[in-house]
Amino acid sequence: MEVAFNALPFLMEGLWVTVKVTAIVVAISLVVGVVMGVVLTYGSAWVRWPIRLYTDFIRGIPVLVLIFFAYYGLPAIGLNLDNFTAAVTALTAFKIAHVIETTRGAIQSIHQGQTEAGKAIGLPFWDRMIYIIFPQAVRRFLPPWINTVADAAKGSALVSLIGVVDLMLAMQKVIGRTFEPMPIYLLGAVIYFLINYSLSLSSRRLEKQFSYSLEK
Amino acid sequence: MSDPLVKISGLTKAFGDVEVLKGIDLEINTGQVVSLIGPSGSGKTTLLRCINYLVEYDDGSVLIDGQEIAHKDTGNGTRQPRSERELSAIRAQVGMVFQLFYLYPHLSAIENVTLGLTKVRKLPKAQAQSMAEAWLERVGLSDKMNNMPSELSGGQQQRVGIARAVAMEPKVLLLDEITSALDPELVGEVLAVVQSLAKEGMTMIVVTHEMTFARDVGNRVVFMDEGRVVADGLPSEVLDNPENERLRTFLSRLNPHLALEK
Amino acid sequence: MDYHFNFRYIWKHFDRLLDGLVLSLELAFISILIGIVIGLALALVHTDFGWKARSFVAVYVEGIRNVPLLLLVYLVFYGLPQAGGMEYSAQTSFIITLSLYSGAYLVEVFRSGFDAVPTGLIDAGKAIGLTPWQRLIYIRIPTMFRIVLPSLSNAFISLFKDTSIASVIAVPELTYGAQWINFNTFRIIEVYVVITPMYLVTGYAILIGLRQIENRYLKRS
Repeated sequence: MEVAFNALPFLMEGLWVTVKVTAIVVAISLVVGVVMGVVLTYGSAWVRWPIRLYTDFIRGIPVLVLIFFAYYGLPAIGLNLDNFTAAVTALTAFKIAHVIETTRGAIQSIHQGQTEAGKAIGLPFWDRMIYIIFPQAVRRFLPPWINTVADAAKGSALVSLIGVVDLMLAMQKVIGRTFEPMPIYLLGAVIYFLINYSLSLSSRRLEKQFSYSLEK
Repeated sequence: MSDPLVKISGLTKAFGDVEVLKGIDLEINTGQVVSLIGPSGSGKTTLLRCINYLVEYDDGSVLIDGQEIAHKDTGNGTRQPRSERELSAIRAQVGMVFQLFYLYPHLSAIENVTLGLTKVRKLPKAQAQSMAEAWLERVGLSDKMNNMPSELSGGQQQRVGIARAVAMEPKVLLLDEITSALDPELVGEVLAVVQSLAKEGMTMIVVTHEMTFARDVGNRVVFMDEGRVVADGLPSEVLDNPENERLRTFLSRLNPHLALEK
Repeated sequence: MDYHFNFRYIWKHFDRLLDGLVLSLELAFISILIGIVIGLALALVHTDFGWKARSFVAVYVEGIRNVPLLLLVYLVFYGLPQAGGMEYSAQTSFIITLSLYSGAYLVEVFRSGFDAVPTGLIDAGKAIGLTPWQRLIYIRIPTMFRIVLPSLSNAFISLFKDTSIASVIAVPELTYGAQWINFNTFRIIEVYVVITPMYLVTGYAILIGLRQIENRYLKRS
C-alpha cells in the first residue's frame, strides 16, 4: 500500500491529463454534435445522409482503431499530429457520433404539436428551437449525455496506448519502476470509479428530477 | 365590398396516393364565423391546417388579406417559396387553437401567452405581461396565471390555448376540434369563451363535431365531404334544410330524429 | 500529398488479419455466453433476494461499469497472477475480463427485462398452479429474453468492438494483426483501409443476422 501512497503525486499529474482530455473531448463534441444532431433531425436529405453515414461509420469501428489511425495513420497522408492531439481528435470524432444520436433522440421525443404550436404563433425555426424545443429536449438529453461524459472519462484511458501520460499510463510507469501492479491498479480503479460513479449518480438524479416535473 | 380576408382557390392536397383536398374554393370575409363540418376523413382539418401552412398544399392558393401564404411573386410572373421568416410573419396573423392544446409544458400559463408577444411581436416585457394578464382574465383564469400546464384541467389548458392565440391579435382564428379532447363537463367553459369572441367580431374558422355549437356560434356553415365543399350557407339553410344527400345522411347519423322528420 | 498505395504486403499477411477477425469473434462469443450466465444469475439474485444479496450485486455492477475496460484488462492480466500466484494465458485472461465486463452490463439489461414481464403473465402461471421454479423456467425467463433480445444483440456487437483492446496484451486478434503489419511493413494507411471495412462489414453482418433471428424468434408467438 505504501507504494501506492508514494506514487500518488505522480498519478495526480496523470489524472490532470485525463481530466484535460475528457474536458476537451466533451466540450467540442457537445457543440458539434448538437448542431449536427439538429441538422440530422430537420435537414434535407442531402445533409442528412452524410451525417448518417458518419455516425454509422464511426460507431461501427472500435475507438482504439480510431486512436491508432489518428496517431499512426494520419502522418502517412501528411497530417502529423502529436499524440495528445491525435488522441483528442479520435475520441472527439467518436463522441460526436454519440452526441448526434442523443440530440436526435431528445428532439424527436418532443411531440410534433409543440412545433406546430410554435409555428402557429409565427415563431421562425431557430426561435422555435431556442424557446420551445431545446428547453424541453434538454430534459431528455442531459441524463444520457452525462453517461456519455462518463464514457469519455473511461474511454480516455485508451490514449495511454499512444503514449499520452494520462492516469492510466502514469500507473503503468509506476508499476514499471516498482513491479507491484496490484496496489497501483486498485488505487487507479478507485480514482476512475469515483469520477465515473459521481457522474452516473448525477445522471440518475437528474433523470428522476426531470421525469416528475413534466406533463402528467 | 372589400376583398375577402381569406381567399382559398383551387386548393388540392394529397398524402401519398390519398387525395385529401380535391379543389377547394372558399372566401371568408372579416367578421364571419365559419363552422366547418363534415365526416372524419372529409379533409376539413387538413383544409384548416393549409390556411396557416402547417400542411404544405400541392396546388391552388391561400391568400390571407391578399397575401399568398406559400409563395411570393417575384414580379416577372414566377413564384418563389417564402423564406422561413416571411412565412412566420404571415403565420403570426393567423391564430390557431389545437385539439390537444399543445401548451408548452416548460412554461407557465402566462409565459405560454407572452412568448409570442415578446419574441414575434417584439413587445416590451411589461406590455406583453399586462396584455397576457388581460387575456387570461378574459378567459377566466386570473387565478391560474402562474400555474404550469400540468397543474391545469383540460378545459383550463384549452382556455390558455385560446388566450395564447388571440393575444397575438390575429386577423383570423382557426379552431381545430378544440373541445373533442375534453371531458363533457368541461366543454361549456371553452365554448363560452369562443362565443364571446364571436360576439366581438373575431373572424373564425371552426372545425367541430358539435352541431349545436356549429349552429350557435357560426353565422355560416360549410359542409365538406371527400375533399370537396358540398354545402355552404347560413346555418339555417345548411343544417335545417339539407339539399344534399350526403349532408342529409351525415346529419341524420348525428341526430336520428331529424331523419324521421324528413 | 503523394502517397502510393501498395497493398502487396497486406495481402501477404492477410491471414493474420483473417485469423485475427475470427479470434475477435470467438472472444466476443465466449465472453457473452459466460456474461449471460453471470448476468442472468445476478439479475435473479437482485430481483428475488434480500438487500444483502442486492448490495453485493450492486458493488459488482458499479465496480465494473465505472472503471475503464483497459484497466480491468491490465488488472486481470498483470495484477491478479502476481497477487494470487495464478497463471493463465493472455487469451484466457482477456476472456475472464470481458466475461466479467459483459456480465456487469447484462445484469442491468436482464433486471429491467424481468421488471418488464407483465405481472398478468406470472399471475396466469400461478392460476394454473405452476411452482415458482416452473414459473421462472417457463414464463419469466422466456418472456424476459424476448424483451431484451435487441439489447442483447447490441451488447454482442459492442463486445466485438471491445475485443480490439485485447491487442494490448498481445492477443492476436484483428487490431493486433493490424498493428503487427504496421510495425513490420509500414503500409499503415493500407492496413486501416483493409481492417476498417472488416470491422464495419462484420459488425453489420452480425447486426443483420441477429435482427433476423430476433424477428423469427419474436414472430413465433
